Formats: sequence, C-alpha cells, structure tokens
Amino acid sequence: MTVVEKGVVAAELRAEPAVLADDLHKSYGELEAVRGVDFEVAAGETFGFLGPNGAGKSTTISMLCTITRPTAGRALVAGFDVVREQAQVRRHIGLVFQDTTLDDYLTATENLSFHAELYGVPKSQVRDRLQQVMEMVGLWDRRTSLVRTFSGGMKRRLEIARGLLHSPRVLFLDEPTVGLDPQTRSHIWSYITELKKRENVTIFLTTHYMDEAEYCDRIAIIDNGLIVASDTPEALKASVGQDRVELHTSDDPETISRLAVRFGLEAKMSEGSVAFFVDQGEEFVPRLFAELGIRILSVRVARPTLDDVFMNYTGRTIRDAEVTGSDKLRQNPWMRARSR
Amino acid sequence: MAAANQRMMPALAPVRVAGNGPADDLRAILVVWKRELIRFLRNRLRILTSLAQPVLFLYILGTGLSPLISQTEHFNFRTFMFPGVLGMTILFTSIFSAMSIVWDREFGFLREMLVAPVHRWTLVLGKCLGGATVASIQGAIILALAGTVGVPYSPVMILTLLGEMMLTSFALTAFGVMLAARISQVESFQMVTQFFVLPMFFLSGAIFPLSDLPAWLAVLSKIDPLSYAVAPFRAAVFSQIQLPAPLARTLDPGMSWGSWVLPVWFEVAMIAVAALVMLAAAMRQFAKTD
Repeated sequence: MTVVEKGVVAAELRAEPAVLADDLHKSYGELEAVRGVDFEVAAGETFGFLGPNGAGKSTTISMLCTITRPTAGRALVAGFDVVREQAQVRRHIGLVFQDTTLDDYLTATENLSFHAELYGVPKSQVRDRLQQVMEMVGLWDRRTSLVRTFSGGMKRRLEIARGLLHSPRVLFLDEPTVGLDPQTRSHIWSYITELKKRENVTIFLTTHYMDEAEYCDRIAIIDNGLIVASDTPEALKASVGQDRVELHTSDDPETISRLAVRFGLEAKMSEGSVAFFVDQGEEFVPRLFAELGIRILSVRVARPTLDDVFMNYTGRTIRDAEVTGSDKLRQNPWMRARSR
Repeated sequence: MAAANQRMMPALAPVRVAGNGPADDLRAILVVWKRELIRFLRNRLRILTSLAQPVLFLYILGTGLSPLISQTEHFNFRTFMFPGVLGMTILFTSIFSAMSIVWDREFGFLREMLVAPVHRWTLVLGKCLGGATVASIQGAIILALAGTVGVPYSPVMILTLLGEMMLTSFALTAFGVMLAARISQVESFQMVTQFFVLPMFFLSGAIFPLSDLPAWLAVLSKIDPLSYAVAPFRAAVFSQIQLPAPLARTLDPGMSWGSWVLPVWFEVAMIAVAALVMLAAAMRQFAKTD
C-alpha cells in the first residue's frame, strides 16, 4: 500500500523538476547580487550551491523561498512560480536558515507544534509526525526541554526536523552546518543522509565548505552572482585533472622504470614514495597490481578536491574569494531586511 | 522496537498541508496568540516585575501625594491614582509585548513566521490579540487591588473596566507593533520608551488631574491618545464613590474639546477607531516583501 503510494508520488515528481531557475536576477540598487542563473534540480536529487560568502547563494535561495522577489527571470519550485504562486511554493518547501529561527523560550515540542499549526498539518497526524521527525534527529528524549538549553548542533537538528514536519517536496538548507564544530557537522550530515533515505524529498543546499559539497548528487559553483560550473562532484573533479598516486614497493627504482616502460607514466620519488599522475587513479590501481610484477606495500590515491575545482574555474581559492565583511552585509537579504 | 518502527512507517506518507481559507486564517491567528500566552505564563519573573511598577505608583506615590490633597478627609489620593495606574499597567505591558517582535526579529523567530504559507495579516492580528490579552490579564490583577484603595468591587464597574482595558490594550499593542516593524535593534526599545511611552503616560492624566492646567500642558494632554483611555477608566471608578461635586469636577474633569465635554461612549468609540487604524497600519507594515 505504502509502496504503491510512494511509487505514484515518485512518478508524479519525476515528471517535472523540483526546482527550476531561468535567468534569475537580483539587484539591490547598483549592486548585482545574482546576475542571471539557470539550473534545474531533479526530484529526489541533492543539489548543492557552492561558493564563497557573498557569491549570491543566500540571495538565490531566498528568491526560491519567496522571501526575496527576483528583479528579473523566473523560478519554479515544486512546479509553482515563486512570484505568482507564493503560497503554493511556501506550502511545499521546508527551510533551514543560516541562523537559528527557533523560539528559545518554548520547548522543542512547542516549537514544532507552532510550525505544524501554522502549516496546517492535520491534527490527527501532528503527534505521530512530531515523534517521527524528532526521533529522526535524536531529540525525542529532549522534547519537553526549553530550546535555550540546547547546544548549537541540537538546535540545528531541531530545525531540520521542523523543516520536514509538513512533508515538503523541497528542503532548503542554507549553510546547514555553518558555525558548528567538525564533529557536530558530520553528525548533521549523517542526519541529512538518513532523512534522504526515509523521506521522499529533494534537498537544495548552499555551502562554502568544499568537503560538504561532496555529499551532493550535483553541485553548481557560483561566484560573483554567476554559475561558473555545474555537474556531479566526480565529473567536476575529473574535469580538473588527474589523480595523484603514491606507492611504496619492495623495489622503488625498478617500479619507476617499469611504470615508464609498461604504462607510459612518468613517475618520480617524492617524500620517500613513488609518485605519479594518472587518469581514473582508482581504476588504475587493480591494473597496477596485476601487471607491475613488483610487490606493492601500500597505495594512496589522492583525488583532486573541490578546492582544486573552484580554483580551476575562478582562478582563486575559495578562501581568497571571500568578500569583505561590509559587502557581505549588503548582500545578505536578511541583514537588508533588518536594516530597513 | 523494530515492530514499533514498522508501525510508524505508514505515517511517513506525506502530510497534507491546508490551504488559505478563512479556517486557515483563524488557525494562524490562534497559534500566534497562543504563543504569546505561553511565553507570558512561563515567564513568572516578568509578570512580577511588570506588576512592581504599578504597585509602587499606587501605594508609594499615591500615599506620598495624599497629604497635598487634604480638602476632604473622605478622599484618598490613591483612589484618584487607581484608574491611572490601570492605564499605566496596560500601556507598559502592551508596548512591551509588541516590542517582542523586535526580539523575534533579532533572534530569528520572526522569519519562521514570515515564510509560513499564511496571510501576513493573520500574524499581525494574532500578535495584537496576544499582547492585548497579556496586558488585560495584568490590568485585571491590578483591578483586583481595588478594595485596598477604597474602590468598591462593583460588578458593573469591573465589567466596564475590563472591557475598556481590553479595547485599549489592543489599540496600544497595535500601535507598538506598527512601531516595532520599523525598529531593527533591541536597543531602540529604550528610545520608544523615552519618546512615546513615558510622554503618553505623563500627559494622560494618570498621575494628576487634567483640570486647571496651563494652556500648553492642557493642549499636550489633549493630543495624547492615552488621555482618552484614562478618562473612561476614571469615570467608571468615580461613578462608584461619593464625592462633593466641586472635588469630583477637579479630580475627574473628563476630556473636553472647547466647551464640549466628551461623553464616555465617544471616547470609547475613539479608542476603537484608533485600534482599527493602528491595526491596519501595522498590517500594512508587515505586508511588504523585499
């Protein structure tokens, strides 16, 4: 029964992209925060927007969430136009913002009940649904605690649970792990990975952490309000260059000469190991074992990172690309909304 | 455990989310209102501290000023102060409740409300009703002290005052929400207190009678909207106590425009109109999107 239903829903979702942006622009006076972006996110996909602070990630996400009105262009979320069908879009999305948006003086349950009522989740479903989402993020035991007693990571988890409460078609995560320590960050990611398996939801996230972009099915690299590249993390990395392979063998000099003769690879000693560059390093390793004829003690394949990808497309590292604090303030729509 | 999980699974089917009909509007208003009440009832310290001020005014200032008005041994200045202190209580509580929007903005919760699939006006109305309810509860607590300052517990007076307080607190909360929409920092709350709340309080006739005033002060007190709320409060209280006519005229002159003394119903109607205007203004402020 459930399986059939899920199948129907999945087929229905596959018919149209979960998110579609068509030449989307946003200017604040002179400042062009987003300068025409196009992309499609398929239903069920995890799509990441990767870029430095101030690149236009938050502005794009707030246009998709109907918080900011695009200056030009068009966007559809869950099949609804973000300008003309604002209410429909809002009903079908879940949001987790950079900063916490919980009421510290309410308990976890009260925060979620507030959300359930605001979104009109049917009374008969609220209790079960509340328990489900809180169990998913491991906070069911803390449901009666005031949110202000929660750590940063717990608050973020509760927000993810709240974002899912009304079964959104698309879950937007704006820098879901910013400001959290590395251990908490990896916990948050395991929750996100888990929820993807359990809920039929498309995830759209922004991040400026290179390592987090790897959790995505597809990523778009955004810089200065434009998408400079968009593909799977693997393809993007492959487009950058070859893998670096490091070997320890029982006979290093002989290995270097055989690599040159049999494989046409130029290897050299580097920090005590044999190092060389090759396409598809992981697929090359089995061949190496089969054909080298020398005992291999250890192998290390280092793939190009998304840092390398960003560098390749923008000519800068993501750290260098971070804009100054004041520009950041001007581009962040939330700060703008506050200062009005 | 696994069996329990199995049982839970069917509920994973997507929940249906409601539309934008009148029932949805009502639900949104109620949930915002409920949150205000939960927050109020949870913060007992706030209830106590916000009651401390009116109590000080009533018993310390009221007692201290009593000897100055010694025309009659039958009258206590605290009785005069009582309706003014009711006005003060709801003024401060209403504005404080409304200003919590600034906190909500600062701490992000406002965003959770603004992105919800509900009409913006329902959030504003819920907030105003919540603030009005909280202020009326505080006012009712002070009203319970009537007996200690020589005001009899007349059911008619209590009902009249409760009704007037609810209406006034709604108007004041709406006024505060309208201001809060334009305020971005919690620090600005101090400014609102200095430039709006205290002048409104001092000019309203809450702590001294608005009779025989110098012309400039008389004009200012007529401009103060709160004067038109304190006057009906006082009329309700003074209808319950016997006073020589000249003293009653001095202490409870009512509001007048030229030679026309405004009837209570007119003042109440003014507050009602002000409440609607403020509510409309507050809703307009929040209807804007970037």
